Amino acid sequence: MDFALLRDAFWGLTFDGLALGAIYALISLGYTLVYGVLRLINFAHSEVFMIGTFGALVAASGIMGVKVEDDPRTGGSMILTLVVCLIAAMLASAFTAVAVEFVAYRRLRKRGATKLATLISAIGVSISLVEFFRIITHSLPREFPRIMEKSFLFHFAGADIRNDKVIVIVAAGLMMVALDQFISKSRLGKGIRAVSMDENTATLMGVNINRVITVTFFAGGLMAGAAAFFYILTYENTSFKVGFFLGISAFTAAVLGGIGNLRGALFGGFVLGLMETYTSAVFGTAWKAVISFIILVLVLLIKPTGLFGESITQARV
Amino acid sequence: MRLEIKDLHVHYGKIEAIKGVSVVVNEGEIVTLIGANGAGKTTMLKTISGLRPVTSGQILFDGKDISKMPAHERVNLGLSQAPEGRGIFPGMTVLENLEMGKYHRKDRKSEMKEDLEKVYHLFPRLLERINQAGGTLSGGEQQMLAIGRALMARPKVLLLDEPSMGLAPLMIANIFRIITEINNLGTTILLVEQNAQQALQRAHRAYVLETGNVVKEAKASDLLNDPAVRAAYLGVGAH
Repeated sequence: MDFALLRDAFWGLTFDGLALGAIYALISLGYTLVYGVLRLINFAHSEVFMIGTFGALVAASGIMGVKVEDDPRTGGSMILTLVVCLIAAMLASAFTAVAVEFVAYRRLRKRGATKLATLISAIGVSISLVEFFRIITHSLPREFPRIMEKSFLFHFAGADIRNDKVIVIVAAGLMMVALDQFISKSRLGKGIRAVSMDENTATLMGVNINRVITVTFFAGGLMAGAAAFFYILTYENTSFKVGFFLGISAFTAAVLGGIGNLRGALFGGFVLGLMETYTSAVFGTAWKAVISFIILVLVLLIKPTGLFGESITQARV
Repeated sequence: MRLEIKDLHVHYGKIEAIKGVSVVVNEGEIVTLIGANGAGKTTMLKTISGLRPVTSGQILFDGKDISKMPAHERVNLGLSQAPEGRGIFPGMTVLENLEMGKYHRKDRKSEMKEDLEKVYHLFPRLLERINQAGGTLSGGEQQMLAIGRALMARPKVLLLDEPSMGLAPLMIANIFRIITEINNLGTTILLVEQNAQQALQRAHRAYVLETGNVVKEAKASDLLNDPAVRAAYLGVGAH
């Protein structure tokens, strides 16, 4: 155990933890949004994230013509490439999410299938997508070209803060604010909240449930796609199995915060990111999942609905 | 605006809950459906508003059959419901709940202020609670909110499902007084009630529902004096 490292590098670790947490938080929003309106754990959401990383990859090489051996871009060209890859990842994920709902869930819902049947369908879609990407990538990881030169941006309390992590935290924060405003202020956002609280009454108000569900999957997909871009920008590679661990962690974050609660999901994401980073420093990287999940179990033992969880009838999105 | 239900049949799985019911609600009327628990009253309203599918029969709204129309489109026609159990969105404020009543309307921005004023005029209590979460209101206040929210849609026909349920006698009297007031302002009302005494006093006409069938149809004042109805639904001995 190395508490000295935690003490000496505390602020640097905190910053890394926030950057990782931002990625978890963005993914967890998709789980919690869909759970809110359908009371369904969308197990295919991890693959929605995975496809986002490939969306960014294809945009970088296909649209912007960046090659892995290229020097990082600078100035306007760099910013344009970053923005194009971000948008491509978001759209790839969002359309995947909507397609999954349309193909795998909508029909079952119309026929009055049980939640369990839909859950199995979700797992089936997840496995199909993973295996499909395993085949087309020949089971190999793919490298993402370095778009921007990574450098230390500033120095804070003994920690060197890297520019890409600053971009991730700031951009993720902006996405979260935008989503929060959309949900709380816009008409469709209010429709989403109404459906998550009381589907029948929402229908009586004139809310088109199917449209609300599509928008919910789309919004959750956009957030997962943004997370995918931030992930690939930070780690510079992806593979068909990238969704699994990220997805499990983000789902954990959603449960930790209280599933169905948007701000809870954000909080859960950041808490998990920080916990994993701190425990990696103290116990070694191999232990991070063990410690994090023990903490999760302890939290749930004390408060089964999660940190901000309310009973389902009170669930506030 | 006339609402006419013709030979309506509704099933829950294999069980027939509504067995060929016909009901007419003329413009300007308050019509009530009374009956015991399980008679099919709530199913009738849910079917009219589209939450339950029709097995057979017609729901004519202004002469047009709407029985196949999706539920969320029916509110556009001027058919608005305050549901059983009130259906308040617990995590939304009173104001947000009222705004939800206008969700479908094209002119919701320009109408909003005027219609909120009307609701506050009917239910001053809601104005006092405007920023409070719907889930924290008392039962009576939630019922006011449910009716107020339904009125935000500018309904031609208002469907009310058990507005007296779980309320104290004073609050029940208050709610029924306001129901008459809403009717006097020009809204046609179809009222489902277990509290037959109040419902029959307020309604123009009434239907008695028993296990999915209409067993009696008359002027409400006549049913108030009908010995069989008095014995079965008003808790008064017939002897």
